[in-house]
Amino acid sequence: MFWLAIHFPALPLEIYSRGGAAPEPLAVIEKQGNRSRVKVCNEAASERGVRAGMPGAAAQTLVTNLVVRVRDLAAEQESLEGLASWAGGFTPAVSLQPPEGLLIEIGSCLRLHRGFKNLIAQMSSGLNEMGYSASLACAPTPHAAWLLALAGKEVAIRDPAKLEKFLGALSVRWLSQPQDTLDSLEMLGAHTLGDCLRFPRAGMARRFGQGLLDEVDRTLGRLPESPEFFVPPPSFQRRLELPSLVHEAEALLFASRRLLLELEGYLNLRQAGVHEFELVCHHEDVPDTVVKVGFAQPTRAFDRMLLLLRETLGRTRLAAPVHTIRLQSSLIQTIELSNLDLFQDSAETGDANLLLERLRIRLGKEAVFSIAPATDHRPELAWRPCDAGDAIKSPGKLQRPLWLLPVPRPCQRDRLELQSGPERIESGWWDGMDVARDYYVAQGRNGSRLWVFRDHSSGGWFVHGLFA
Amino acid sequence: MNASLDLVLQHPGIWRGDQLAQTDEYTLPTGFAELDEQLPGGGWARGALTEILLEREGIGELRLLLPALARVSTQSTWQAWVSPPHIPYAPALSTAGINLKQLLVAQPQTPADAWWTAEQALRSGACSAVLAWLSTPDEKRMRRLQLGAETGKAWGVLFRSASAAQERSTAALRLRLEATANGLAVHILKRRGGQVSKPVLVDLQQTNGVRRARPSAPALSVVPSLRAVVRN
Repeated sequence: MFWLAIHFPALPLEIYSRGGAAPEPLAVIEKQGNRSRVKVCNEAASERGVRAGMPGAAAQTLVTNLVVRVRDLAAEQESLEGLASWAGGFTPAVSLQPPEGLLIEIGSCLRLHRGFKNLIAQMSSGLNEMGYSASLACAPTPHAAWLLALAGKEVAIRDPAKLEKFLGALSVRWLSQPQDTLDSLEMLGAHTLGDCLRFPRAGMARRFGQGLLDEVDRTLGRLPESPEFFVPPPSFQRRLELPSLVHEAEALLFASRRLLLELEGYLNLRQAGVHEFELVCHHEDVPDTVVKVGFAQPTRAFDRMLLLLRETLGRTRLAAPVHTIRLQSSLIQTIELSNLDLFQDSAETGDANLLLERLRIRLGKEAVFSIAPATDHRPELAWRPCDAGDAIKSPGKLQRPLWLLPVPRPCQRDRLELQSGPERIESGWWDGMDVARDYYVAQGRNGSRLWVFRDHSSGGWFVHGLFA
Repeated sequence: MNASLDLVLQHPGIWRGDQLAQTDEYTLPTGFAELDEQLPGGGWARGALTEILLEREGIGELRLLLPALARVSTQSTWQAWVSPPHIPYAPALSTAGINLKQLLVAQPQTPADAWWTAEQALRSGACSAVLAWLSTPDEKRMRRLQLGAETGKAWGVLFRSASAAQERSTAALRLRLEATANGLAVHILKRRGGQVSKPVLVDLQQTNGVRRARPSAPALSVVPSLRAVVRN
């Protein structure tokens, strides 16, 4: 087993800041009773003197344009689940480490991702693209990896024998123990994990309870630990609060991109693709704008989703400025990996669907279609538009023109030279669109060949098609 | 002859005035031997635009393309019809051997959208053939279509009125069609290779779509103008 721990030290901050590119001074405060303290602040704020732990009022005095947000634990948990979904694209063995971490078993997927270095590089750049800062550490036991990541020591320990040496030097304050325990350990002179190991176990257990010893043992692999793996929800829904109001639909692309990355990871984890996803834009006073993006075939390809979203946003008018966006999809369908290889990745049909999707976005769904013969004797009902690519074959033997006029045009009999016919078509008395006509092929001027008919009820002559 | 000059002459983009251009692009046999003989590469050129100029509709302009269209419709790529002026009639197309599954009709609302659609279809590489009926052409738009066809290796067919014959065009092949007693006279206005003075006579009676009851005499009684009839 080889575990990767990812710690997100700035998660409370990033759930607010990652929707935008320009950093404004931002601090997240935590309420404790009627006092508030800065939990974490961004670089723009810390440059001006804001520090973690300082009272919220003091921070606001230091920086006049400081944006202050109250810590939102629910949103952090949601973000963490989104991250777990995304990490699921690499391996399904992902476990949540609330409130701000993930544990991932990567030993079994190293070969798939072409080695350790490559995997870590992919993950780091992915996290960066989504707008998260993180510290990553690897160790043979999950808890050791977690403590290292928590301490900000970005190392990878492969050999269990070296675990004790590395972990021995780690400060005890990273342990997941009550603050009192950690304080008394320091007072006893046990500053590092190594110190704890040197003390008699019986005495430690009597003084601090079995919990402390168990944690140390789990860290060093002396006690087994198997974190519970994250199970993705059946549908995808992620929201992102924008740092400032957005007025132009195209400007939503930056934030949407970050959510699309999560969607891609989620779909990878579920081995599934989406038929359609929605970008819901929340406004202050007016109803939400819903931007729908549909696909001809279920997909989970990030580039394709982004391309179509960009084109759709390019044609979207916002009713009002947007403060929050939500990306959601419930039309999720399992795609077999072999399907992906055959259709999604192959140049030919992959492009065919992409073309169809792009045309539909710009021209509207009704303007792009296939045609199919229909079983009706009436010429105007003997065809129907159908979903692109859905036409079924039904070979006919009758003489029919290649062009059909949507509405028959009146013409004069004495100007037509009839060449073949008549073919009598009488049908439709049951639905009120009854026809009783004699059809002929006729010669027009300069070689135009027409499909004409004489209407029985009116006796008039009409052109209905062209033998083009 | 100079050896290096020989080498130059082997380049597919260079031909002598008395020869047809050699082409390394795929071509599609038209299905009419007499026409294939006169076209560079022996058929419709892929990766290029073909312009078809008509006096009037309904003289056999689609039947001329049918054999090639039926052939490409067996491939798993689209065959796009952009802004067709009438309803492409499914029963007739199906009878003519076109696999309708591969046929994509696009009806954009505005001319600008129609040009965009034709360009995207040509460029995408997902279409084997793109048939387009477009209004308000200009040189820039035409060049974009030609480039799109080159990029996507598609056979682009543009239908235009015969009055456009005098305009300059970037299309690789320009044909003007004229109705004859049993088919079409195809005037090759432009091709890669030398000029042709005589029109190519194509017999359409063998193709699907229409069977003549008897060889028709020159039409005495005529519709004044099909366009007028259609537009009424």
